[in-house]
Amino acid sequence: MALPIARQVSRAEWGDRIFVVGGKWLWLGLLVVAVLLPLLAIFWRGFSSEAGQGGGLAAARELLTSANFHWLLGNSLKVSLSVAAIVVPLAYLFAYALQRTLIPGKTVWRGLSLLPLMAPSMLPGIALVYLFGNQGLLRGLLSDNIYGFWGIVLGEVIYTFPHALMILLSALSLADARLFDAASSMGASPARAFRSVTWPATRQAVFAAFCLVFTLTITDFGVPVVVGGDYQVLALEAYKAVVGQQQFGRGALIGMVLLLPALFSFGVDAWLRRRHGDSMSGRAQVFQPSPSRLRDACYLAIVLLICAVLLLVFGMAVYSSLVKFWPYNLSLSLNHYQFEDTAGGGWLAYRNSLTMALCTALIGSVLIFTGAYLMEKTQGQKNLNLALRMLSFVPMAVPGLVLGLGYVFFFNLNGNPLHVFYGSMALLVVCTIAHYLTTAQMTATTALRQLDAEFEAAALSLKAPLYRHYLRVTVPICLPALLDILRYLFVSAMTTVSAAIFLYSPDTILAAVAVLNMDDAGNVGGAAAMSSLILFTSGSVSLLLAWASRGALRRSQAWRQIAPGQ
Amino acid sequence: MNTALTQPGAPMKVRGIQKRFGAFTALDNVSLDVAAGELVCLLGPSGCGKTTLLRCIAGLERQDSGELYLGERDVSLLPPQARDYGILFQSYALFPNLSVEANIGYGLTGSGRDEVRKRVGQMLELVGLLGSEKKYPGQLSGGQQQRVALARALAPAPSLLLLDEPMSALDARVREHLCAELRQLQRRLGITTLMVTHNQDEAMLMADRIAVMNNGKVEQYATPQEIYDRPATPFVAEFVGQGNWLPFSRNSASHAQVGGMKMRLADDAGIAQSGRLFCRPEAISVNPPVHEENLFPAKVREITFLGNRCRMSFELEQLPGHPLLAELAPEAMPRLGAQDIWVALPPRSLQVFA
Repeated sequence: MALPIARQVSRAEWGDRIFVVGGKWLWLGLLVVAVLLPLLAIFWRGFSSEAGQGGGLAAARELLTSANFHWLLGNSLKVSLSVAAIVVPLAYLFAYALQRTLIPGKTVWRGLSLLPLMAPSMLPGIALVYLFGNQGLLRGLLSDNIYGFWGIVLGEVIYTFPHALMILLSALSLADARLFDAASSMGASPARAFRSVTWPATRQAVFAAFCLVFTLTITDFGVPVVVGGDYQVLALEAYKAVVGQQQFGRGALIGMVLLLPALFSFGVDAWLRRRHGDSMSGRAQVFQPSPSRLRDACYLAIVLLICAVLLLVFGMAVYSSLVKFWPYNLSLSLNHYQFEDTAGGGWLAYRNSLTMALCTALIGSVLIFTGAYLMEKTQGQKNLNLALRMLSFVPMAVPGLVLGLGYVFFFNLNGNPLHVFYGSMALLVVCTIAHYLTTAQMTATTALRQLDAEFEAAALSLKAPLYRHYLRVTVPICLPALLDILRYLFVSAMTTVSAAIFLYSPDTILAAVAVLNMDDAGNVGGAAAMSSLILFTSGSVSLLLAWASRGALRRSQAWRQIAPGQ
Repeated sequence: MNTALTQPGAPMKVRGIQKRFGAFTALDNVSLDVAAGELVCLLGPSGCGKTTLLRCIAGLERQDSGELYLGERDVSLLPPQARDYGILFQSYALFPNLSVEANIGYGLTGSGRDEVRKRVGQMLELVGLLGSEKKYPGQLSGGQQQRVALARALAPAPSLLLLDEPMSALDARVREHLCAELRQLQRRLGITTLMVTHNQDEAMLMADRIAVMNNGKVEQYATPQEIYDRPATPFVAEFVGQGNWLPFSRNSASHAQVGGMKMRLADDAGIAQSGRLFCRPEAISVNPPVHEENLFPAKVREITFLGNRCRMSFELEQLPGHPLLAELAPEAMPRLGAQDIWVALPPRSLQVFA
């Protein structure tokens, strides 16, 4: 009687040791290879003065003092600051309308506002070309054509809008009704209440959104490549240096420059967070906006206007992909979707993207969620946990373009045994998971922290192995968050170009890269068609997963509706 | 699989447990013996180390040094799964996505389906929740959840039961009832039990012995009555119940000087030459009908009615500016307005602390 119990315990113990300690070391190894080493490779490349690579200290001095670099840097800064200055106020108004007013149709507006996430950053650019380009539909409205500064700004505004919106939505979702009651009981006007309650609680998110938009814009080359014209920016220069001229050192140097704003904002944000602390107390009461016709009408107008612009842009992209021969033959056809006849990757690229997105989503969500679980819910290995935590925050501060450069430098190294992966689908998957790691992990961590801290202790006292507990209790409870991570990774993998552009081979070309290539080759209709295809795929998968998530929630309603202890 | 309700409880020994968190000493050389079938309460203010001790015993925290024995086994370094205990957490930690049945059967792996069902039924009967098998924890009241968590902890027939502030998530109204019920169940099963609480009423109500902890040390380990009547340290005297403190210096072996008064002490009152005398409020009698020892004049300051008793604040005439408390039955209270009274502090109730 006693013997089998003893053996069973020790087997469970071994299983757990492999699960916990083995899992953490595996995760650490992956993070080192997928995040740390590629990043270090950038610095190594940038500072090594190998001939013909354009790197090294002398080259760095020359680059930093050249007039051309100053021009590029000035352009990049001007564009990024303008975009951030336009997007953040708009996104704030939009988020405020969704969280703090009683406008109708919130779900629809919210869904529409997320459209730009579903397509590569080139799509807004392509739509702008069809709207305001030399043969654009609305060309007459502008005195000059769209190519250049304003084209880039407009395209980036559309591309970065949902990113800023998500930060501000979550900041504005937290409101303590008691503070508003206190303000109005002291006779504060709505404007005063906004200044003294809403603004202080959200200004940190405004700063974070500003930094994020700035970083996304300065490192994006999808929009400039399409509508930039002669107006050149740094991100494009890094891309050309590596892909066009094989000047790895020069690419690395520009990559390091582009890493600076992200590092700066990441540091300031972390510092503000620590100083500010959490202003929401556990006893906060949920804020319910009171009805106000005038206010709601104003906000509805703003929301409608923004959504109309988004619909116009995305509708234009889809419409143009269906037009036979712009602008001479406007009859509709699926000609542009006949990718087998055109250069640039075609259906192979689309199939590759689907494979890549599926692998990224499935492997990534399993790895990231399990990694987050081991970090959050197991004791011991304190130093290992710390290393994991720090490493998994790095990708947040590294733009995709820079990460992609790092992958080139690290995996394209002669003598690196991992060189065989260069150009392979596996490397694209690894790079994409690494790129989007931090956000996904934060979603996982947030969900895990809402679980009772004693679940694991209870399971262990019942002699249940931890891996069984993880599969039987943790995963089912966190299923909505898991599906959310799955969706985020899939959509990101479908639309990403920034890192993938450096890593594909002719066999592993991706749909978003094909968009870029087709546009480059002058096949704008094909580029529009491929972008639309990505848009539809991401959109359908998102809807599918949202539906699955709702189904899962409904099936688990019996235990989810009423939380224990109430 | 064990078909008896539980195995006989095993004795537990804690030997010289030391635990530091950085510069903070959570447990300072703690030793404790719990006899088989006994219920021991770890009582103390927050931060005294009682929860850390429980977590060390559970294997959820690793002590820096010291040993733990459960029965004859040295479990000091074993992981939680190998220690053989059941635990009831403050939050109960019931798995919300599993039914009551699945929660209770969670630890019953390696046995057949029928056996598990039988055991679950047995446990539900034990805690009086038959018929709730298919419900989810969220559909139960707080008290019912506690019983399910208890059934889950007891289902694998552990030789030790750990209770971590089991009552603190409950209404005061149901708390006393559940305390008594839990105690009854524990007696019936004869399972060795260690309970952590900061609530002295709970500890008094349930424990065979109480270990009062402070600053990572066990200040006193004794029966509830001893703890109350003969506190070993000023901290225990202060923490458990209420008390009066009187500064004194020693006149002779049998007498102490308190302000202008000479108070007689019991023979075994201790040898300190100066310090404080400790006296429970209910040991003081007011206007005693017959002459008693240590009878002194006093002035009433305030009387508070507490329902079944009254609390009176007063000053001894020969120790002005030093308010003291007495607790009396309402009928024994001096009539309102009567400012001048006599109070007696019986020698047996005076305890000497240095």
